Amino acid sequence: MFDIAGKRFLFLIISEIVILIAIIALGVFGLKPGIEFSSGSLLAVNFEQEVNQAELEAEMASLGYSHVIIQRTGTGDFFIRTQEITAEEKTALEADLSARFGPLTEREFDSISSMVAGETVHNAIIAVAVAAVGILLYITWAFRKMPRPFHYGTCGIIALVHDVLVVTGVFAIMGVLLGWEINLMFITGVLAVIGYSINNTVVVFDRIRENLSKGISHDFEAVVNSSMVGTLSRSLNTSLTTLVVVLALMLFVGASIQNFAIAMLIGIVAGTYSSLFVAPTLLIVWERGEWGRLAFLRRAKVKEA
Amino acid sequence: MARRNTVVFFIILALFAFAICAIIYPLFGRDTMRLGLDLQGGIHLVYQADFSEVEPGTEAEAIDGAIAVIEKRINVLGVTEPLIQKQGSDRIVVELPGVSEVEKATSLIGETALLEFREQHVDENGKVTWVPATADINGEEKVLTSAYFKENTYVGQGQLGQIYLYFEWNEEGSEISSQVTGRLIGKPLAIFLSGQPLLGEDGQPIAPIVRSQITDRGQIEGLSLSEATELSRLLNAGRIPVPLTLIYEQTVSPILGADFVDMSLKAGLIGIILVMLFMIVYYRLPGALASLALIFYGAVVLAVFKLWPVTLTLAGIGGFVLSIGMAVDANVLIFERMKEEFATGRTLGAAIEAGFNRAWAAIRDSNVTTIIVCVILIWLGSSVVESAPVTGFAVTLLIGVLVSMFSAIIVTRTLLRLFVGSALAKRTSLFSVHQEKK
Repeated sequence: MFDIAGKRFLFLIISEIVILIAIIALGVFGLKPGIEFSSGSLLAVNFEQEVNQAELEAEMASLGYSHVIIQRTGTGDFFIRTQEITAEEKTALEADLSARFGPLTEREFDSISSMVAGETVHNAIIAVAVAAVGILLYITWAFRKMPRPFHYGTCGIIALVHDVLVVTGVFAIMGVLLGWEINLMFITGVLAVIGYSINNTVVVFDRIRENLSKGISHDFEAVVNSSMVGTLSRSLNTSLTTLVVVLALMLFVGASIQNFAIAMLIGIVAGTYSSLFVAPTLLIVWERGEWGRLAFLRRAKVKEA
Repeated sequence: MARRNTVVFFIILALFAFAICAIIYPLFGRDTMRLGLDLQGGIHLVYQADFSEVEPGTEAEAIDGAIAVIEKRINVLGVTEPLIQKQGSDRIVVELPGVSEVEKATSLIGETALLEFREQHVDENGKVTWVPATADINGEEKVLTSAYFKENTYVGQGQLGQIYLYFEWNEEGSEISSQVTGRLIGKPLAIFLSGQPLLGEDGQPIAPIVRSQITDRGQIEGLSLSEATELSRLLNAGRIPVPLTLIYEQTVSPILGADFVDMSLKAGLIGIILVMLFMIVYYRLPGALASLALIFYGAVVLAVFKLWPVTLTLAGIGGFVLSIGMAVDANVLIFERMKEEFATGRTLGAAIEAGFNRAWAAIRDSNVTTIIVCVILIWLGSSVVESAPVTGFAVTLLIGVLVSMFSAIIVTRTLLRLFVGSALAKRTSLFSVHQEKK
């Protein structure tokens, strides 16, 4: 049988390092807000003829649009981001562009004033916080017959925060490296990760509950370990099926839903890891009062060796 | 036991048949899935009301008045199923499915539609400007505008084909009008719309010479038929009682929307097929039965989406896709348990029952947590935080989780029980389980 519980400090320290990097990335770089979270306009157009991106950029500059971000999304397809423009200005811009590059079709036009921009993220954070409290209450209630039911709820939430931090951290880093922006689909993806993460954790906790009441061992660590091993194949299989569906979504629906899919992909990996290696091992750490060892990397390693 | 199982099996078959019918044929007056703006194409606008000039205590009234006026104006566009509603206490959301001319829509909604009558003013240098024509009513200076029109303007045609826009003054308007026109006999009176002179068909400002004192009714001559008609409709729709600023606009072309629907269906289908393949390869016969349950799941969820109806958005599709992945989770839990029980030497029938019973607590708790998250998100998304994607995602995920609990537990168990006692059940290789020899 695998000894997951015995190597708990290794797993937890890996998580600690990853989370630390994520927090630093979030603190230093922050998340790159997409059109929905910053004021401005987004125009998605399709040119009938192939258009060179550099030429399009030059043309936009000569039309007097200074801070323009142009992204090519397909043959003749471009996302053009500008400062906030009105519908009239957009019509004029389209006329200018088609005069230069030939006929074009407008696919999408979004314009957001700075007033709404900040609200969406703020609202999503409130929603997530309230949902987390709801989860905490339910898990504590579901494990009320266990000693210290509050531990289960709290460790479940820690695993959840862990997964959200990993996902947002990756987006913060990729925002700097590859210009990944966060949009509403990203927020939806984070919500999905939360649902997925807690679902996974509860399955492992449930097995701990069952094994504890069966009394398979007096040693809490042994009980937790056999529960983790017992749910291992289930966790991996469910992750695999979810991963497959998300991949299909990412490959076929393309750009618009990509942020959702990428957030989910990262979230599934992080969620599988945290439900197996973080939430249950934290239960042991808490039970034994070993929090101190999590803060002292060196000592933990020495003892394990 | 076996007979009861057969009954349940036929109930499931009937439900499945019903779901398929509901998806294919129009049922209960629903022909198609209801698609959100992002999938259907259309215009989404959000207006912010500015209450600074509104009398305190009458804000709600002003917003409702504004919505009523916008509704009338939207009718001019002839949009099917427009949505105009209040968001929070000071915002108005306008959704126009299938419309792509954002400029026309915003100008129509944002149009102040206030005609202002102006007279000529010559300053010391001989420069001529147009200034609002005012009258003194009980010591108060009032400008002559269409605010004093009765809401019964109409367009008529003279004998020579000239177009007239007829209007009638209300009580206050007729007092102002009689003073103004009495003072201006023989002089021109121009008409301004949103600070610009109203231009006639000939491109010249409409500024008729006042011939006699006008007290109760009048007409404007020189507009084109279409302009006069639109203006008349706007005037009759009334004025928006509070200044509105457009703070968010989104236009999605119907082509892009249709692409999304196609691609999401393809992705969902491929996702389901891959999951089924995995289940069959890994769990053999139970996996195949779980795949049948998954088809049942897909059909029932889509039927619920259509009949409810759930407005499908991109975020909603995200929720649906997530629920496909999680739909087999209950089966995976059960089958893993079945394997364990079978390995301890139980008969297949006993292992199946034990597998379902043992897995139940985990299925219940994991799904209840997801349901709690969904309910909180739906409640928040539709009240406090006003986020359509959040609600769309949570609604589809919730429906998916509820249906999957039924399909993965009841449907799979019923199908498995049909096999217990048959010759197939003796071939344990079909169940990918290994019994320890004791």
